Amino acid sequence: MKTSQAFWMAFSSLKSNRMRAFLTMLGMIIGVGAVIAMISLMDGMIGYTMGSFSDMGADTISVSLMGAGSRQLTDDDFYNFVEANGDYFSAVSPSCQASFRVRCGEVRESDQTVTGVGENHAYVNGLTIEKGRFLSYADMRSRSKVCVIGSYTRQLYFGAEDPVGKTLRIGSEDYVIVGLLAEKSDSTQWSSDDCIYAPYTLISRAYGSAQPSSYTLKMVDPDHSSVAQQKLEDYLYSFYHTSDAYMVTNMASLLDMMDSMVGVMKKILVGIAGISLLVAGIGIMNIMLVSVSERTREIGIRKSLGAKQKDIMKQFVIEAAVLSSIGGGMGIVIGGVATTALGKVIGMSCSPSLSAIVISFGVSAGIGLLFGYMPAKRAAKLNPIDALRSE
Amino acid sequence: MQEHLIELQDIYKIYQMGEVEVRANDGISFSIDAGEMVAIVGKSGSGKSTIMNIIGALDVPTAGKYYLNGIDVGSMSDDELAEIRNKQIGFIFQQYNLLPKMNLLKNVELPLLYAGVGEAERHQRAAESLARVGLGDVLKKMPNQLSGGQQQRVSIARALVGNPSLILADEPTGALDSKTSREVLDFLKKLNAEGNTIVIITHDNSIALEAKRIIRIHDGRVVFDGAADAYRKEVIA
Repeated sequence: MKTSQAFWMAFSSLKSNRMRAFLTMLGMIIGVGAVIAMISLMDGMIGYTMGSFSDMGADTISVSLMGAGSRQLTDDDFYNFVEANGDYFSAVSPSCQASFRVRCGEVRESDQTVTGVGENHAYVNGLTIEKGRFLSYADMRSRSKVCVIGSYTRQLYFGAEDPVGKTLRIGSEDYVIVGLLAEKSDSTQWSSDDCIYAPYTLISRAYGSAQPSSYTLKMVDPDHSSVAQQKLEDYLYSFYHTSDAYMVTNMASLLDMMDSMVGVMKKILVGIAGISLLVAGIGIMNIMLVSVSERTREIGIRKSLGAKQKDIMKQFVIEAAVLSSIGGGMGIVIGGVATTALGKVIGMSCSPSLSAIVISFGVSAGIGLLFGYMPAKRAAKLNPIDALRSE
Repeated sequence: MQEHLIELQDIYKIYQMGEVEVRANDGISFSIDAGEMVAIVGKSGSGKSTIMNIIGALDVPTAGKYYLNGIDVGSMSDDELAEIRNKQIGFIFQQYNLLPKMNLLKNVELPLLYAGVGEAERHQRAAESLARVGLGDVLKKMPNQLSGGQQQRVSIARALVGNPSLILADEPTGALDSKTSREVLDFLKKLNAEGNTIVIITHDNSIALEAKRIIRIHDGRVVFDGAADAYRKEVIA
């Protein structure tokens, strides 16, 4: 008997017992739907969280220098390091912060943080300029009294006015504003829009130390962040001979950690959903066993007409597989709808993940085969004489 | 030596019922040639059903040899027996044994389906077979839409469709009224006249007498084997 025939038989047999088939499928529908909704929502959530984390610089490594003795790495050392390790790092920006009294016209702030940065800072941290320009290498060399401000700072001192070309009195010096940064996080206080950037060469002096104490390095490939981090730490250790003199923070490794934590959570959820698939599978096995004993006579007739064990086997296994695949298919639709709907409620854009669909469909069909096997085996082994005698 | 269609040599079928040994067939030997019409008759419990199961390749004997068309069927595996049933034997059952959820055509196609015959040929042969039993115009009807006699004719069509070398009818008229029984028996006789070998299993002497040759089984043994006329004289009188 051909397999296509067995499919035809399976469909017509299920069709003749619609209600039961549907109820049996229900377990599969719910199981598969739950798996898809959970995986997809989880994926959406991970994507969302990771997205906001990588805004904070997933491809950067930060170094804070505490120093040891009188020896201290200089900005030039870092520039040389990055140049020598071009395979791993594309840029470095020194940074140092100091608090100043800042004044502009009538607006005064007594405790405004000014960050001294290098010319690569915008590139390293992915900042975009809305107007004017960012600090330049020449600004660093000549210690120009220029600065770039964020959108919150602009509102604070200038309202809606164009700040570029105006001056801010920082401490006792006048700084010319050369650029305005594009808004990044809603222009609120303490956010990344609340900032004044000036050449680090100036700020570090004002702070009293000749060298900036922290550096941000941009990695070429965030996927190899641990190698890059190792390179950097080796370099730092070779200079200080103690790991107490510096601190290295790698956003990517933090992300990795979060990723694996989320992964564990996802596995637990999938496990729970998997249990429901298992229960659905047992439901299918149960119904198939009932079906086999109800159809003992049919099996006897088929065998008397020449059906071999494998023919009977095929008929029942395929019936179970069709039952659970249809259930799985409906589950996919329901899971997809649930994902989109829940995503909307939560306020995330979630789409059913393809891998979830493929996996859950495969699993449901597989469970049908697996749990259909035992009843089918029982049917195939029936003695035709006994089977014919049954009512 | 001329080859018989069916050759049973000293067939034993012994069931172990707890402590008791039941000898359903206790050394049965006979042979049937192609083209014969034979009735195997016996009371309930005589062992006639057991010998039918063995002849029909539904069961294997505990001891003894069974040759069908010269092939040793007595020691075959489950699947080999299925093959024999499919190719060599057409069954007609007392209860018709049609599948209720399939139309007549599909029912008659079943043996061909298991024989691996392609769809087009299957349809054609099944339709021809149904036409042969006078049901060529109701191919798409379901079995429960037919009378008992019609259903039995469908089962005859199913038995014929694979061109078997033996048609084995187990109480073919057991569920039918006398008029329809007559029709079915006449049809079986007609098939025999066309050259088909027919074996009827029955408990009813009047049915058995329709055959040319009668084999009577009693307590698992053959107690009569001869022409219908001789049976009428010896056994019934």
